Amino acid sequence: MSLTDFIDALTGRMTLEALPFWKMVQNPTPENIVNGAIATSVAAILVLAAVAVLAVLTYFRLWRTVWFDWLTTVDHKKIGIMYIVLSFVMMLRGVVEANFMRANQAVGFDGGFLSADHFGELFTTHGTIMIFFVAMPFLSGVINYVLPLQIGARDMSFPVTNAIGLALTASGAMLVMASLLFLPFSIGGWTGYPPFTGKEYSPDVGPNYWIWAVTLSGLGTTLTGINVACTVYKKRCPGMDFWKMPLFVWASVTTAILMIFALPPLTVATAMLALDRYLDFHFFTTDAGGIPMLYANLFWLFGHPEVYILVLPAFGVWSEVFATFSGKTLYAYRTLVWATLSIAVISFLVWVHHFFTMGQSAGMNAVFGIATMLVGVPTGVKIYDWLLTMYRGRVRITTPMVYALGFVMLFVIGGASGILLANPSIDYQVHNSVFLVAHFHNMVIPGTLFGMLGAYSFWFPKAFGFMLDDWWGKLAASLWIVGFMLAFFPLYAVGLLGLPRRSVAYSEASYTPYTVVAMLGALVVLAALGAMFWQLYISIRNRDALNVYAGDPWDGRTLEWSISSPPPVYNFAVGPEVFARDAFWEEKRAGHAYQIPDQWEDIELPANSWLAPILFFSSFTLTFGLVWHMWWLVILSLLVVVGALVARSFVIDRERVIPADVVREEHLRWLKAVREAPSAPRELEVAPGNWGRPQSEAGVPE
Amino acid sequence: MSQARHPGLKLGHEHDPGSGEVEALVFGFWIFMMSDLLIFGCVFATYVVMLPQVADGPSAAELFHLRGPLIETTLLLASSVTIGFALLETKHRADQRRTTLWLAVTFLLGAGFLFSSTHSLLGHLENGAGPSRSAFLSAYWLLVPLHALHVAVGCLWIAVAAAQVWIRGFDWVTTGGLLRLSIYWHFLDIVWIGILSVVYLGAMI
Repeated sequence: MSLTDFIDALTGRMTLEALPFWKMVQNPTPENIVNGAIATSVAAILVLAAVAVLAVLTYFRLWRTVWFDWLTTVDHKKIGIMYIVLSFVMMLRGVVEANFMRANQAVGFDGGFLSADHFGELFTTHGTIMIFFVAMPFLSGVINYVLPLQIGARDMSFPVTNAIGLALTASGAMLVMASLLFLPFSIGGWTGYPPFTGKEYSPDVGPNYWIWAVTLSGLGTTLTGINVACTVYKKRCPGMDFWKMPLFVWASVTTAILMIFALPPLTVATAMLALDRYLDFHFFTTDAGGIPMLYANLFWLFGHPEVYILVLPAFGVWSEVFATFSGKTLYAYRTLVWATLSIAVISFLVWVHHFFTMGQSAGMNAVFGIATMLVGVPTGVKIYDWLLTMYRGRVRITTPMVYALGFVMLFVIGGASGILLANPSIDYQVHNSVFLVAHFHNMVIPGTLFGMLGAYSFWFPKAFGFMLDDWWGKLAASLWIVGFMLAFFPLYAVGLLGLPRRSVAYSEASYTPYTVVAMLGALVVLAALGAMFWQLYISIRNRDALNVYAGDPWDGRTLEWSISSPPPVYNFAVGPEVFARDAFWEEKRAGHAYQIPDQWEDIELPANSWLAPILFFSSFTLTFGLVWHMWWLVILSLLVVVGALVARSFVIDRERVIPADVVREEHLRWLKAVREAPSAPRELEVAPGNWGRPQSEAGVPE
Repeated sequence: MSQARHPGLKLGHEHDPGSGEVEALVFGFWIFMMSDLLIFGCVFATYVVMLPQVADGPSAAELFHLRGPLIETTLLLASSVTIGFALLETKHRADQRRTTLWLAVTFLLGAGFLFSSTHSLLGHLENGAGPSRSAFLSAYWLLVPLHALHVAVGCLWIAVAAAQVWIRGFDWVTTGGLLRLSIYWHFLDIVWIGILSVVYLGAMI
């Protein structure tokens, strides 16, 4: 084997052209220079950020902490926090990309400043990132953190599997990030439709990045779904039957079931696309009998339930937020549960509405159109239930409530545009226009994202023991709401005027005013994100004044508020038993909260595991090797993956025991703090006078 | 509740240490199998959709014969019986030697299945009926090798499980593992019966 052969085998398909600045250097046309400069700056920022993080960890000697407290942890609370951190990092990239696209379209009359390929990469990574690496990790994180606490459990059913789910998701995110350094990513959109993404029309490695990133995320999500479902079935504390579960738990378990059922079609679709590209199979090609439509069916068989995976956890969050800040029990709890379950079932019966225009019969379209409109019924029921929860409550407007009110207002508008699109004859007019873009952003931003940001504001004090600054929180929430409206309402109009989605340029001067307003909206959203980071910074700075160690800053209703903030590693010193739906609220009402337990026991917790970090690195190298056809790396990584799994099966699950004395001491110290905390009236809820022990309104008749 | 609440053979008793963990593990594994079943469901659906998409290549009727599949069926069904014996030995005798022996027999039957299956797949390849020939053959080459890959993973798992029984004996970790292994192995049987019916018998009609 000659040296060049060896180097070829080593680098696979990677050449110098993969570097973001190569094209600009080789062929310095103005267009290449602009696009190359943008790509190179972003790559440089990424490298510098990575170096800075490594430097900080080394300088402050944090590697031991990172390894033992975070990377190898199997604690559901830390895994939840890591999911959310991942989500915020990816959100930053997604929002910046959105700004680039909006800026390009604002000057897109007869051609913007981005090349068509660059624009294509931007909308593909933006969609892929926002769905798979922002929304999914965020909701997995919130579920991970909150669900075991709400059902009175010490951890998930499968803590190591939980860590592996995070590892796979994170390595998928890392793969998308790697595509900034080694171009190109796919330009086939977040749905990756063949035959365009097949090897005939996309011979470059771009679609490979997309396939493997999405596959990793899908596998991680499947594991999370199994874990959540099993946890809810098997780990509820005594007394918590199904009809006493908080609505967030119902939403989570329904989401988990959707994950278990919806992700397999995605895995199959991406695997088949990969076989087409790598081994010359003919599933979705235009020759040899391939059926590209089959991909659309499989993808949306996943993709439609997926949008309910995204929104149901948010519905769960709203149910907690509205009840808590109205000081009332949730209106029509059982109806909300049935609505949640109905949405889950109907979500599997509507996938064809994503391709009304692909040529199936009118009768078929009518059936799926009607099924689609049906989804609006249980969703409408939920909206009314939340409104009626507020009705005659003493509503407190906190940051989570600002998000919630924005959600109710905007989500109804998005739902209405969805009902319009559910009508096939209207869909024929506006499909593939930015009207559709406006519609689905109208669902996922006020629905999912506001829900997750509301959850972040709501449960942050629980996770970290201090409040988030309320003024900056409300500012951020308002900017999100205003920014969203500015960015997407014009798209409804310009969509009706005919602007196709994913257009790098257009030749209709009348579109420009709308695209300019939309760009301003995108800037406001960027400002909202900035306000959130600033809020985090000043809250950390003022953490002593914002301390809520006593654990119940919002006059909470469910079990997670009955323990300290942050919760001890074992969650509950003594396993709780519940007798009512709003378990903690009823305890406060009856005056039974904060009792000293009669006896203390040793608590066994699962020990740390190195399996997840190993799978994180090896699944990244595996997929990176697959993307670039570096077969030596693929084989090596596969050996590591299989070896690690086999080796792990020989490790006896070690348990970490926390002695009863330690539990007792910690718990009594907390109870003492609770009794000493000045109890805050409702006016001080969001001020530094809230020490996590409110003057509870549980005694006030509802 | 006298015994762990999960479907299938119960290997332990309620008061054994770890019985709660085994219950959750087996329950979670059933959910995992359900998810895997959906993967096979999508692949089966693809196969049926692709049946007419032969694109001048050989059709199912021209390509398939029953001799190989019937041998494979016999081997795989027999292996389901032998893994059942392995679990019965675990439950009633807790005899490391006998359990390992039955696992070894199961492994050999599984390996025989893989040998026969690979042999017929290679035969198709030589006859120009590879996955690139037509969309129908692509679907065939996804469905049957995917099942074979599952069997190969199962064989590896059997080897690991036998080693664990041999080294560690019957604590709740190994017996919990055996329970899940047997669920997995029977699941492969069920999928194979689907393949036999849809692919091979279907081609005879």
